[in-house]
Amino acid sequence: MARITLDNLRHSYLRAPKSRDDYALKQLNVAWEDGGAYALLGPSGCGKTTLLNIISGLLRPSEGRVWFDDDDVTDLPPDARHIAQVFQFPVVYDTMTVFDNLAFPLRNRGVNETVVKSRVQEIAEMTDLTAMLHQRASGLTADGKQKISLGRGLVREDVNVIMFDEPLTVIDPHLKWQLRSKLKELHHRIQTTMIYVTHDQTEALTFADQVVVMHDGEVVQIGTPVELFERPKHTFVGHFIGSPGMNVLPASVANGAIHFAGIPVDVDNPVDLTAGQTAEIGVRPEFVRFSDDGIAVEINKISDAGRYRVVSASADGHRINLLIGEDQDIPAAGARVAFDATQTRLYADGWLAGEGAGQ
Amino acid sequence: MTTKVENQKGWLFVLPVVILVAFNAVIPLMTVVNYSVQETFGDNVFFFEGVKWFEQVLNSERFHAALGRQLFFTFTILLIEIPLGVIIALTMPRKGPWVSVCLVLMALPLLIPWNVVGAMWNIFALPDIGLLGKTLNAMGIDYNFTRQPVSAWMTLIAMDVWHWTSLVVLLAYAGLSSIPDAYYQAAKIDGASSWAVFRHIQLPKMKRVLTIAVLLRFMDSFNIYTEPFVLTGGGPGNSTTLLSIDLVKTALGQFDLGPAAAMSIIYFLIILLLSWVFYTVMTRGEEN
Repeated sequence: MARITLDNLRHSYLRAPKSRDDYALKQLNVAWEDGGAYALLGPSGCGKTTLLNIISGLLRPSEGRVWFDDDDVTDLPPDARHIAQVFQFPVVYDTMTVFDNLAFPLRNRGVNETVVKSRVQEIAEMTDLTAMLHQRASGLTADGKQKISLGRGLVREDVNVIMFDEPLTVIDPHLKWQLRSKLKELHHRIQTTMIYVTHDQTEALTFADQVVVMHDGEVVQIGTPVELFERPKHTFVGHFIGSPGMNVLPASVANGAIHFAGIPVDVDNPVDLTAGQTAEIGVRPEFVRFSDDGIAVEINKISDAGRYRVVSASADGHRINLLIGEDQDIPAAGARVAFDATQTRLYADGWLAGEGAGQ
Repeated sequence: MTTKVENQKGWLFVLPVVILVAFNAVIPLMTVVNYSVQETFGDNVFFFEGVKWFEQVLNSERFHAALGRQLFFTFTILLIEIPLGVIIALTMPRKGPWVSVCLVLMALPLLIPWNVVGAMWNIFALPDIGLLGKTLNAMGIDYNFTRQPVSAWMTLIAMDVWHWTSLVVLLAYAGLSSIPDAYYQAAKIDGASSWAVFRHIQLPKMKRVLTIAVLLRFMDSFNIYTEPFVLTGGGPGNSTTLLSIDLVKTALGQFDLGPAAAMSIIYFLIILLLSWVFYTVMTRGEEN
């Protein structure tokens, strides 16, 4: 068990990186508290797997250090770090039985066979593999194999962190939910730090206490699912999380007044921007409503999503989405919309204005 | 009511291949079967002899000796080429610019015509002018493959290893390349030794291609003719006369068509039987 600190981490796959764009990971400072359930969320190619491999020791960072509590593990190989990793595609040792698979990490470390036996039984019971212990691992279904991968991680008692790299990719949809609840349950039971990498916001938000959102090699926000939803620190977070994502509209700021399409807009964080910064306002579709006065919009499309409808409108050539309850009316013509000022925010160069870049 | 209308046109599509196989395999094989039960003294006059030739071949010491040499040759080269091929494949780079260099180097021996391989090794090993033969003799080793059976065998085996290990390497390498990185990463995390990685990841993943490699090398080496014929012609004496060379001597040297035909069939059945044994043993325990 350990607290994991990433200290000024940078990584490039190039031998001699020159510009900032050459880095797959750009300046990262993150602390993962002991026993936390974290999700690492971001689109494909944002550096999630790179970061994971640096923590596990499969990759050595170009710059910066990795700390497990007070130990600098940057130069330690994976097996010396006491970590476990579950990969996107199930890794099982085909020729072995489920029992031998689970016992493998212990036997490699020369653990006494009676200890191996009791430990494997315990883990098999936790991961619902008891009935299959003496089957060949290659004969199991994808979710069974993923449980074996997970079990091999859990079987060692000294594991500091268990990392999951999009572990549900090959699992049937109806089993995804089951396996996810199993993970959550296991986390409660064993209290080991878990880091769950995914590009699926539902997986991230349901699994994690804290979600780390990555974009283009940077961590843009760390927060609880509620924080990410209610107060995105970056337009990317607003857009990436939520369905549909946050409306991001170009704005102009002059003398403390913020305008969109020539109409003044009230925001939660009115700040004067420095010259040259790009101003945008962000408001989630949940907080846009039809009103008698406000911004004139043209309604383009209405999609029924069951309990609510998603209205896609546009004003001044920019798209604005609204979520409208099924009992509310949608005006036929001359529609105008207004934003909930407490949930409308000003962004400067993509970052929440007044708070600046970084975490 | 539903009637199942069978479309017979599909047969037309397989017809060309049936004709091809008939002419190139079935008809010649039947001719051999035909010869194997008859005796001829020329003039296209044949007498039916039943299983006489089969009995003669099976009881012939000459056949036993050739079969013994053949089995020794095949198992020796399998024992060398399969492990060596796997070891070379394991040491080959997995990515980077050297991959294609290695692959081309490995493919080279396979691209050389078989009789050229025989001729090359013949000249290479000649004790008076060949690089290998002369060097060995200069080092004080008494080596002459045209006179000493042991030298002839060494040369024959070295030639086959040189010529065919590449095939095993390429197949094993293909098997290794199909292993996703995650397996190696998981093994690292699980603290597996490199032996454990080989034993539990690489070998199982290579098993299918190795089965093919063993079968191909078994069948090819059991059928081998051109290279030893060019290298030693079966000599000195009969010491490197393998089955195929013996067969050609019987059929075309002595014109004993009946015994040669019976021998061909026995030869064919041995290959079929041993291939089946190899395949069954190597794929045993595989489910699905």
